[in-house]
Amino acid sequence: MERKTLYDLQSENVRKTYLFMMIFSLILFAIGYFFVWYFNGGSVGIVILVAFIFLYNWIAYENSDKIALASVNARPADPNEYYVLHNVVEEVALAAGIAKPKVYVMEEPQPNAFATGKDQNHAAICVTTGLLSMVNREELQGVIAHEMAHIRNRDILLMTVIGVVVGLVLILRDVLFRSMWWGIGGRKRDRDNSGSAIILIVGLVLSILAPIIVALIRAAISRQREFLADATGAYIIRDPEALASALEKIGSYGRPMKVASDATAHMFISNPFGNVEKLLATHPPIEERIRRLRALVIQ
Amino acid sequence: MVLIVILAIVVLLVLWFVATYNGFINLKNRVENAWAQIDVQLKRRYDLIPNLVETVKGYAAHEKEIFEKLGELRAKAMGATSVKDIGDANNQISATLKTLFAVAENYPQLKANENFLKLQEELTNTENKIAFARQFYNDIVMQFNAKQQRIPDMFVARIMNLTPKEYYPIEEEARGSVKVQF
Repeated sequence: MERKTLYDLQSENVRKTYLFMMIFSLILFAIGYFFVWYFNGGSVGIVILVAFIFLYNWIAYENSDKIALASVNARPADPNEYYVLHNVVEEVALAAGIAKPKVYVMEEPQPNAFATGKDQNHAAICVTTGLLSMVNREELQGVIAHEMAHIRNRDILLMTVIGVVVGLVLILRDVLFRSMWWGIGGRKRDRDNSGSAIILIVGLVLSILAPIIVALIRAAISRQREFLADATGAYIIRDPEALASALEKIGSYGRPMKVASDATAHMFISNPFGNVEKLLATHPPIEERIRRLRALVIQ
Repeated sequence: MVLIVILAIVVLLVLWFVATYNGFINLKNRVENAWAQIDVQLKRRYDLIPNLVETVKGYAAHEKEIFEKLGELRAKAMGATSVKDIGDANNQISATLKTLFAVAENYPQLKANENFLKLQEELTNTENKIAFARQFYNDIVMQFNAKQQRIPDMFVARIMNLTPKEYYPIEEEARGSVKVQF
């Protein structure tokens, strides 16, 4: 069997991340440029577009963790009630060499967890009550190490970027569709313009294609990053078996999460919708992750 | 012309010396910082042990040897000065604690005791932190010691009168006897 060290995985992942971020930017640029051109916005239009993207990014960047935590009804974990959880997070943070993230719990029978925040110093880890009741201390350590790996690899920021871009593309598509309806109405009064037809077709193709491409990319990034976070997490606590056996327990739980949504699905340690195995799945099959974890070499 | 070349060489040498000197100072501080991390956890462990012994005593009075051994090791560890001695004593404490927690399985009432569970969790927490802090400490000690042996850095190390730092010993699997009597 082919064996990959952590460093192979990491550099492979970094390369992919850059590539995908470039594709993202190109899609955004194409849509934005088309948008400005269609409305004859000129340089003023481009300035407005860029300003809008910056503002949107900035708001999402500063508040993404709060939005994410609120959308799944997470609450801060009481240090007295959840002292084992707090201890484990503190230990793993020490092992990873980063500050202790904030700790949240969400009332949910499905065993799951996620990390969010903009950087190492503004991060939060959230686990479900279902997870806490199902795993032992070592397994919890494995799960927290996986989340800590997302924080240390700066995945949480990338996930924010992805979320922002996906959100933006979806908004642009909606606006484009609406403007096209107005455009058709107004065109009757204008002089005959064959350019409008081309614009319409390009707009239609872009608006249909963009979300699909974005979803595919998101799924691909997410899958790679889950493998990497598994490996990094195992390396942080020098124990791949802790996470492997936690994943076994998580995988054996069949029911979907109550509060799962498309916007947050990619954040979780396992797919909140259950074991969906399809092209658009945000997570690799859990058996594959367990197999790779157990094949890892940690000196 | 020759003067300028000599001057340039001297400036370069001074710059190199300053950079290497500062590099050593940084590493030395990092080693001390890493040790401080371990030290905090060791102190916490020394504080927790008497509480644990008090709690367990009430339920498992005839496990006397373990209590005595823990007390001795604690005194030995607190009195030790070298990293190796502190580490060795603490590794033995780890093994003894493991034995104690394994023995506790035989006392259902003890296992149900809230205070005992809390102490057990606190000690496990401290134990893990010591292990993780040790990883860091030993990594940095390795960098520090290796730099002292490298040419030309070693000449600066000589001038600074630096000595290699001690590694925190890693417990051998065989020595940590986790035998449990039933």
